[in-house]
Amino acid sequence: MAEIRFTNVGKRYAEGHDALIGVDFTLESGEMAFLTGHSGAGKSTLLKLIMLMERPSRGQVWVGDQELNVLPRHQIAWHRRRIGVVFQNHQLLFDRSVFDNVALPLQIAGYDPQDAARRVRAALDKVGLLMREKQNPITLSSGEQQRVGIARAIVHKPKLLLADEPTGNLDPQLSEDVMRLFEQFNRIGTTVLIASHDLSLINRMQRRTLVLRGGRLVSGG
Amino acid sequence: MAEKSNTVARRGAQVHRVSQRNRLSSWLRHHLSVALTSLQRILRTPLASFMTLAVLAIALALPSFMWTVVHNVQQFAAGWDTHPRISLYLHQQVSDERAEQMSLELMLHPGLSGVELIDRDKGLQDFARYSEFANLISLFERNPLPAVILVLPTDHTLLALQGLQQELSVLPEVQEAQLDLEWLQRLGAYLNVLERFTWVVSGLLALAVLLIVGNTLRMTLESRRDEIIVTKLVGATDAWVRRPFLYTGFWLGLCGAILASVLVFLAMEMIRAPVDRLAQLYMSSFSLQGLGAQGLTTLIAIGVALGWLGAFVSTGRHLREIEPS
Ligand SMILES: Nc1ncnc2c1ncn2[C@@H]1O[C@H](COP(=O)(O)OP(=O)(O)OP(=O)(O)O)[C@@H](O)[C@H]1O
Ligand SMILES: [Mg+2]
Repeated sequence: MAEIRFTNVGKRYAEGHDALIGVDFTLESGEMAFLTGHSGAGKSTLLKLIMLMERPSRGQVWVGDQELNVLPRHQIAWHRRRIGVVFQNHQLLFDRSVFDNVALPLQIAGYDPQDAARRVRAALDKVGLLMREKQNPITLSSGEQQRVGIARAIVHKPKLLLADEPTGNLDPQLSEDVMRLFEQFNRIGTTVLIASHDLSLINRMQRRTLVLRGGRLVSGG
Repeated sequence: MAEKSNTVARRGAQVHRVSQRNRLSSWLRHHLSVALTSLQRILRTPLASFMTLAVLAIALALPSFMWTVVHNVQQFAAGWDTHPRISLYLHQQVSDERAEQMSLELMLHPGLSGVELIDRDKGLQDFARYSEFANLISLFERNPLPAVILVLPTDHTLLALQGLQQELSVLPEVQEAQLDLEWLQRLGAYLNVLERFTWVVSGLLALAVLLIVGNTLRMTLESRRDEIIVTKLVGATDAWVRRPFLYTGFWLGLCGAILASVLVFLAMEMIRAPVDRLAQLYMSSFSLQGLGAQGLTTLIAIGVALGWLGAFVSTGRHLREIEPS
């Protein structure tokens, strides 16, 4: 079954700029794929459409058996809970600890605090930041912040994982570790879509790769 | 609520569903923790919060104070209508004997429970005793005061009193029959005006409370914009995001109302001494009543309701505008 399906999707921003043009592709459930392309090619825009942070100007986006254009507003939150997202700009909160940042999706979903704490520590351990749980993320390096974002994306074991430049600020070793982590999730059935510039990493991973150029999908679709 | 099948993964990554019972307890837990943290947030910025609370307290205290005054005046007026009386001023030419005779006749009147004659001499003595103008009397050749018969009607309803006044005023000896209730009626009319005025002031100030709370929350909302966006991104519902703000409204209303009750208490204490002196002057057993348990409950309920409503209205509009993009 298809996890993500784009049919002739176009996105034109308010200023009249076409960020995506006629994008068609299907990502099967349980698949792991990369999304690449030059800066400004539309990678983040594509992920934002899946997250319902933006609406397509034309065409349809399906996630599972749900067509997002007809998803009522009050269902958006439930839609997002099924997805784990690593944001290009981290989107961490600097008014609380690393631990609380990672715990946020669990708090929102109403997990028992003890259960949540266990899961948060497990997630932080996976990204190698267990010792930093009490710190404020503002005191962390950019790469460490990125890993906090990764921990938050995986803490609730989502069935769909989206990552926007998750290794942008990481050294080769950490990048490798993060990719192994994503693969590990993929092996237990999580569908994974990773936007990245890092061609050497993508080549090493030997996965399906979607290539965007100027908003058009030029290969991998 | 709508949380049914959405958390169920179709296959793959470990499925975890939050059970019905856990959901209820987590809902309660969230409410409790949100209630506490929003109170902490208010206390964390004591000066700013105090300014808001002071304005709220004044806006809530003014109508409460006015209602308390209205109630007191009502109480005072009610204390009076237990002994209304009619004063019959007799014509000058009616002799003392005739006046005496007449008061005896009136005693037999079934509508009266008491009759007292103040003859001209007694009237003069009283006048000399109580009036600063006593020496004016000496300017007259003869006693200028009329004889007065005071009668106490048995039936205290306004209609009966007015009927009786009418009946007595047409007696040939009577020049004027004056119902002492008239000033009470006037007081009643003033009271109606005061009550209406208090309603208007209450309505306007309730609106002010809504606006103050709404505006305070709009600013808090703006200052927590990033937090709202991130929580929405990781799946917070509108209700979840809104909850802390509703609690903030609740606390503002509650604390404002408590402060207001203190203000009303102080205001009542300030007017207590002069009012007591006034009551003594009228030999009334009247004593000033404060807000009372009922007034306090009403004040707090209204404060809380307005705080919550202000938060509800303002967050409903602004939360929709804050969307991740
Ligand atoms: N909110 C926005 N309003 C207007 N234009 C936008 C907006 N977001 C993105 N764009 C434009 O759409 C195009 C695609 O942007 P997008 O962020 O999807 O690129 P990207 O592939 O993620 O680039 P990068 O690798 O630099 O992150 C860019 O030209 C960008 O200027
Ligand atoms: Mg991008």
